[in-house]
Amino acid sequence: MTHLEPASGTDADLGDTVWVEETSWLDKVPRAVQMIFVFAVFVLFWDLVTRFGLVSAIILPTPLETFLDLIFVGKNLLSGGYMLAALWITLKEVFYGFLLALAIGFTLGVIVGETAFGERAIMPYLVAIDTMPKVAFAPLFVAWLGFDIDSKVALAAFIATFPIIVGTAAGLHAADTNSRNLFKTMGATRWQTLVKMKLPMALPQIFTGLKIASVGVMAGAITGEFLGGGKGFGELIRTAASQLNTPRVFSLILYLSVVGLTLFALVSYAQRRIVFWQKDRVAGGVE
Amino acid sequence: MQPAAVLTGQGEPVYQLRNVGKTYARNAITALESVNLTLTKGSFSAVIGSSGCGKSTLLKIMSGLIPPSTGRVVLQNRPVTGPRRDIGMMFQQATLFPWRTTLENIVLPIEIRDGKAAARAAEVQARALLELVGLKGFEHTYPGELSGGMAQRASICRMLITEPAVLLLDEPFSALDELTRDFMNMELQRICSSRNATAFLVTHSIPEAVILSDVVYVMKPRPGRIAEVVTIDLPRPRTLDMMTTPKFGQIVEHIRSRLDKEAFI
Ligand SMILES: Nc1ncnc2c1ncn2[C@@H]1O[C@H](COP(=O)(O)OP(=O)(O)OP(=O)(O)O)[C@@H](O)[C@H]1O
Ligand SMILES: [Mg+2]
Repeated sequence: MTHLEPASGTDADLGDTVWVEETSWLDKVPRAVQMIFVFAVFVLFWDLVTRFGLVSAIILPTPLETFLDLIFVGKNLLSGGYMLAALWITLKEVFYGFLLALAIGFTLGVIVGETAFGERAIMPYLVAIDTMPKVAFAPLFVAWLGFDIDSKVALAAFIATFPIIVGTAAGLHAADTNSRNLFKTMGATRWQTLVKMKLPMALPQIFTGLKIASVGVMAGAITGEFLGGGKGFGELIRTAASQLNTPRVFSLILYLSVVGLTLFALVSYAQRRIVFWQKDRVAGGVE
Repeated sequence: MQPAAVLTGQGEPVYQLRNVGKTYARNAITALESVNLTLTKGSFSAVIGSSGCGKSTLLKIMSGLIPPSTGRVVLQNRPVTGPRRDIGMMFQQATLFPWRTTLENIVLPIEIRDGKAAARAAEVQARALLELVGLKGFEHTYPGELSGGMAQRASICRMLITEPAVLLLDEPFSALDELTRDFMNMELQRICSSRNATAFLVTHSIPEAVILSDVVYVMKPRPGRIAEVVTIDLPRPRTLDMMTTPKFGQIVEHIRSRLDKEAFI
């Protein structure tokens, strides 16, 4: 009863019908080229604006001035000059701030996400504090902890803690009914359910929180330096701005953004390694 | 209505439900009313009924996931007052954890019960089970790379690893295509009979219920109750060919007529 179509024969000479879906020519251009193009247009526009004096040079330096200053600052950093010392201080603030935020945020997140008490009695206060403009606490931290890096670490951690709390707590709620029921029927203890099921399931959202925190921790450290002095990169920016040295401000900000991007990339890398099963990752983005 | 033990006339009772009722406090819905049933050792029973008639509720009560509002549930002479180790459960979704390999998923119940060392020791049995369900070679694959049918087979292994006395199955294969589903059902029959396990299956499909079961409980909704107990005296082992016999057709037709002409496959 088997009836197989012959592979060759009357149909064979019709040939294949392989065809290609249409894509716009712009989508075929490599991503790097697209990005360079956008950057070139931006710099060209910037150059035109400054060249024809549409904006005063004090407000907006030319791209060339900025570029030369970038090289100057880069040299200073590489030769271990005073800027490197400042960068080192800011890096320490960011690093400690992030670690502190991770420890506090994760702990509070688990308490709030796992216990009914935490959710009912602690969460409302956390939400209330989160809605406050946290930068306004900077003078308090300076008053409590002094002008050294402690007050900056505190502000950075303070800002970065909340996204981690929210990510952890929300992640712990993400476990579906089936998984919960399964763990119940296996007779798992609460601790086992948390460690072997809920926390791994929460990891994607915890990492989303960490990514937001990695951006916030930079903002916190620099704001802390603006408002509380010290010897960090923020202080360099403040000094340059007060001397109307706008190219310097620009290049310092660019170097800071490299630090921020590196931190963000580190978190993304950790996420790819740890949450290896997560497939719907947006390229480098915060979800 | 007589207890199934009398009807099938085999084995000692394993599971006994007497006058079990459930009213959900949240919405005051009476999901179950005075359900009586007895499962005998090594028997295969199915419960069938329209959507929302309380089948899952019944299974959750039997497994100790939720307490009943009235009545008593006894398993192996001990009242069920919470999840039990002698119960194996399977849900509609495979619910494998993506950060564990297939093998690690299967020994998870052992790891939770007796710790990591015991789980490692149980890997021998896990491999044997994987071979039994035709998943040899997939020990170290992550569930994300398994098809739906393969994932369900792995979750059968996870259910069997603790050698439970009863298997409670809530529409385990309803997400699979028909061919895979028939195949899985025959696998299930083979596994149950080789281990003399007692099985209780929730399903929406009358043919599936008939081909697998010794007893089919027909449920009616609002409030959920068992309306009829149908004994299936087709010979064992069952084969897919039996589904074309006139007798099979008659039984299916009989159950269909009892379901009040509600929409069924
Ligand atoms: N957790 C719950 N809280 C309140 N009511 C519920 C709950 N679970 C189920 N019910 C109600 O109980 C009734 C029976 O639900 P159940 O899930 O047992 O039905 P079912 O027979 O399994 O349906 P299906 O075939 O669609 O899975 C439904 O009316 C449902 O609304
Ligand atoms: Mg159900």
